[in-house]
Amino acid sequence: MSHHLVLRVVANLLLPFILVFALYVQWHGDYGPGGGFQAGVVFAAGLILYALVYGVDALKKVIPARTSIVLMSAGVLIYAGTGLASLFLGHDFLDYSGLTADPVHAQERGILIVELGVGIAVAGAMIAIFTAFAGRTPEIEDRDW
Amino acid sequence: MSALTIDIFLFTLLALTAIAIARLRNLFAITMLASIFSLLAAGLFVNLDAVDVAFTEAAVGGGISTVLMLGALALTTREEKRSSRATWPALLLCAVTGAGLVYGTLDMPAFDSPDAPIHGHVAPDYIARAKAETGVPNIVTAVLASYRGYDTLGETTVIFSAAVAVLLLLGFKRREGGEE
Repeated sequence: MSHHLVLRVVANLLLPFILVFALYVQWHGDYGPGGGFQAGVVFAAGLILYALVYGVDALKKVIPARTSIVLMSAGVLIYAGTGLASLFLGHDFLDYSGLTADPVHAQERGILIVELGVGIAVAGAMIAIFTAFAGRTPEIEDRDW
Repeated sequence: MSALTIDIFLFTLLALTAIAIARLRNLFAITMLASIFSLLAAGLFVNLDAVDVAFTEAAVGGGISTVLMLGALALTTREEKRSSRATWPALLLCAVTGAGLVYGTLDMPAFDSPDAPIHGHVAPDYIARAKAETGVPNIVTAVLASYRGYDTLGETTVIFSAAVAVLLLLGFKRREGGEE
């Protein structure tokens, strides 16, 4: 779609805001609406927009197919790993109270970490699925639609 | 304009979109209408103060799944085949199921009712305890990530498994010129 000048200019304009907004939703989830899942899908949607305008190969240069698989696995491992860490610290699985000296602060810390895990897992999974689909689809001309 | 008027307006548009989707044969148009459907649903969720859900609906339903549908569409034909079978049994089934669902709503508490069972169960407990116990002002986040951390871990695993299943079915096929 490289010849669509308007699309490209608008996408260039929107992309940084979409990605920063995703990060905002991720880190501000404790205070405002949103959280890991929302941040992950918004981030992935931004990268998919990039792929739609510049082609899947451009996206693969940013995030190779293998990296997206690593990301989605790492996200789940961060979440489950936090649960295991709290287990080893002498609390129940996913009870974050032991992560820092102050139990209330520990809850906040734990929530932040698992939300990050969710965000990474969701973004990785969405990008992996999109890359798999887009890799199957031959590039088509506008008039074919 | 009251929230109820907006609700009725958006629901009317949703119903019109659904009817259009059912009647159309062009799959490209249907995919676009499905995206509009999600966007309208996201608007409804905002109006119902469920901003989190609206986010997700707009990004997943309106964005990512539409792109995936288009990707799938590029692999197949653009027109839906006309079914040779009679459609009235399906219509009858839908009408009966719909009537059953509407009948079911008669027992539900009134919209906005503070006495609804959902407000009397664990919700007041969470509202009273969440801020003091977790230090997180957003109770939804506290419930999702801490009180119901098991559920959210399960959901994350489901998304992971779904992605693994798609990758096993489709794989990362090499394309000419592509590096991987």
